[in-house]
Amino acid sequence: MSSVMYERMRTNPKFQELVARRGRFAWTLALVVLIMFYGFVMVVAFNPASLGQPVGQGSMWTFGVIVELFMFVFFWILTAIYVRRANSEFDALTQEIVKEAWKEKK
Amino acid sequence: MMRRLTQILATLGLLSLAAVALAGPPVEGAMEKQATNWHAIIMFCIFVAMTMGITYWAASRTKSAADFYTAGGGITGFQNGLAIAGDYMSAATLLGLTAMVYSKGYDGYIYMLAFFAGWPIILFLMAERLRNLGKFTFSDITAYRLDQGKVRTMAAISSLVVVCFYLIAQMVGAGQLIKLLFGLEYNVAIFAVGILMMVYVTFGGMVATTWVQIIKACMLLAGGTLVMILAFSQFGFSFQTLLEKATAVHALGTKLMSPGSLLAEPVTAISLGLGLMFGTAGLPHILMRFFTVTDAKEARKSVLYASGFVAYFFNVIFLMGLCGILIVGQNPEFFEGGVVGGKLIGGGNMVAMHLSKAVGGDMLLGFLAAVAFATILAVVSGLALAGASAISHDLYARVIKKGTASEAAEIRVSKIATICLGFVAIVLGILFEKQNIAFMVGLAFGVAAAANFPVLILSMYWKGLTTRGALFGGYGGLVSAVLFVLLSKSVWVDVLHNPAPLFPYTQPALFAMPIAFLFAYIFSKTDSSVRAGKEIDAFDDQYVRAQTGFGAEAASKH
Repeated sequence: MSSVMYERMRTNPKFQELVARRGRFAWTLALVVLIMFYGFVMVVAFNPASLGQPVGQGSMWTFGVIVELFMFVFFWILTAIYVRRANSEFDALTQEIVKEAWKEKK
Repeated sequence: MMRRLTQILATLGLLSLAAVALAGPPVEGAMEKQATNWHAIIMFCIFVAMTMGITYWAASRTKSAADFYTAGGGITGFQNGLAIAGDYMSAATLLGLTAMVYSKGYDGYIYMLAFFAGWPIILFLMAERLRNLGKFTFSDITAYRLDQGKVRTMAAISSLVVVCFYLIAQMVGAGQLIKLLFGLEYNVAIFAVGILMMVYVTFGGMVATTWVQIIKACMLLAGGTLVMILAFSQFGFSFQTLLEKATAVHALGTKLMSPGSLLAEPVTAISLGLGLMFGTAGLPHILMRFFTVTDAKEARKSVLYASGFVAYFFNVIFLMGLCGILIVGQNPEFFEGGVVGGKLIGGGNMVAMHLSKAVGGDMLLGFLAAVAFATILAVVSGLALAGASAISHDLYARVIKKGTASEAAEIRVSKIATICLGFVAIVLGILFEKQNIAFMVGLAFGVAAAANFPVLILSMYWKGLTTRGALFGGYGGLVSAVLFVLLSKSVWVDVLHNPAPLFPYTQPALFAMPIAFLFAYIFSKTDSSVRAGKEIDAFDDQYVRAQTGFGAEAASKH
């Protein structure tokens, strides 16, 4: 039974749309995080001194602290953006797909 | 019911916070070494009494296997977010990372970002698939379309290895802490933690463990914030002033705020980054938490809340560590023999504790000590539950009994397993007494990243994964990660007392993860058996379920 349902969902064009849209969105966000984080790790690995530079004359705030603080906040905002879109738009689409698969059954 | 309980807990948390705030000015003066701290004992006893009450309540609600492993799948996203944060922010976080910032400065902050950066990745790539495919353990997902017996055995073994590494860090922290505060023998302290944990888990299962996590997370957030505010206020809440003073007195001087000795060479820095980020996504006790929520929607919310709390608290810890440099590091009261710059009383991990005493007196010290105990108990319980479910759900019910075991028998096995794990934890805690605990956690993450994560992510994303590939990948990652750790300085030299390490780096992830992925790929690609063909065909249905959640485990009704 399940297998039939899965087959119906898979052939539903909306399923392809869901997978493509959510996949693109999730991977884009993931890449942003990965590139920023590993970019930062590369700087730590190969040019650590640059992170210890103060942002201004006499300031104790270093680039390293600012960059990290930014990433803490920015990454969290990205999670909020993803949850918002996935829990509304993508979940609604998912429900439609499941509903249509049930309908086809009768 | 749950909602009302949350309100009661929140009120209690606020009350205890207020009590601490009213406790009066910092008590200055000579601290008797290891004097019994009655504040700490009383507050800890209150915590234990409260959690025992919850365990009693939970025990009456824990009837089925689903109740035991996943609290019936009825936890909300917010509750689970707090519980995940509770699971994730261990004593190693509070004690070890504060100590790391205290001694190494900015390096500690880099560690924290690496601990945090795994969360968005888990959300984007894993959370909903975990919830849609899993039931009780993450092996449910890796073994979804593969050979149940072999793949589950592999996943269970690597789960247990990670659990044991992680347990070491928690137990060592517990022992040091209790030794400092009660003047109790280290070994006695270790036994106390082990036994309390057994009670929570065997009687209350996931329901009790979840509520212990939630209470503890609230206490930790409140306690840490209070200490940070009190300490930071001494510098007029000015980061500039704080750093000017800290760099002036710290042995590292202006290098304090640059990446330094911990990440001295590139390989270690990259390997650590990989290990911490993907290790988070391979920790069995964290992955298990995704099965406690009702659906993928709540699973996503869990990550949102959890990562918010974690990010916030890491920044609190960063400030605590920096304030500690001045408030603790310049006060002879906290050093053995009163020599500033000598050995800290209670060991290097005790910076956070001393800081709380310096800014809030015995009352705040007592509160933070109780929080640290609570933290250890909660994390150890979560780990024990994850380890026990690997033994009972994966090994016993699915591998040995091939799915024919009754629920009652399965639960009984997991209770026995919990007790055994408790004793293992006690023994490991005693063996590894002298290790830096944040570092031990780093190693646990390294093994999780290499042994659990590669096979798990491939099983969800790569159609071509076969049983043979999963086994070679999983065992390859596990064996290589453990070997790299055994042969590295931290075990080969520091524990086994050999003169030189055989593996030059301390972090295994950069080397062990590629081994796992490569093995999984090669041995899947070259697998032309009939079974492999079936497994590959079965991916399509799994894929639809992963995407839509159709057929996913539903929450049991209460």
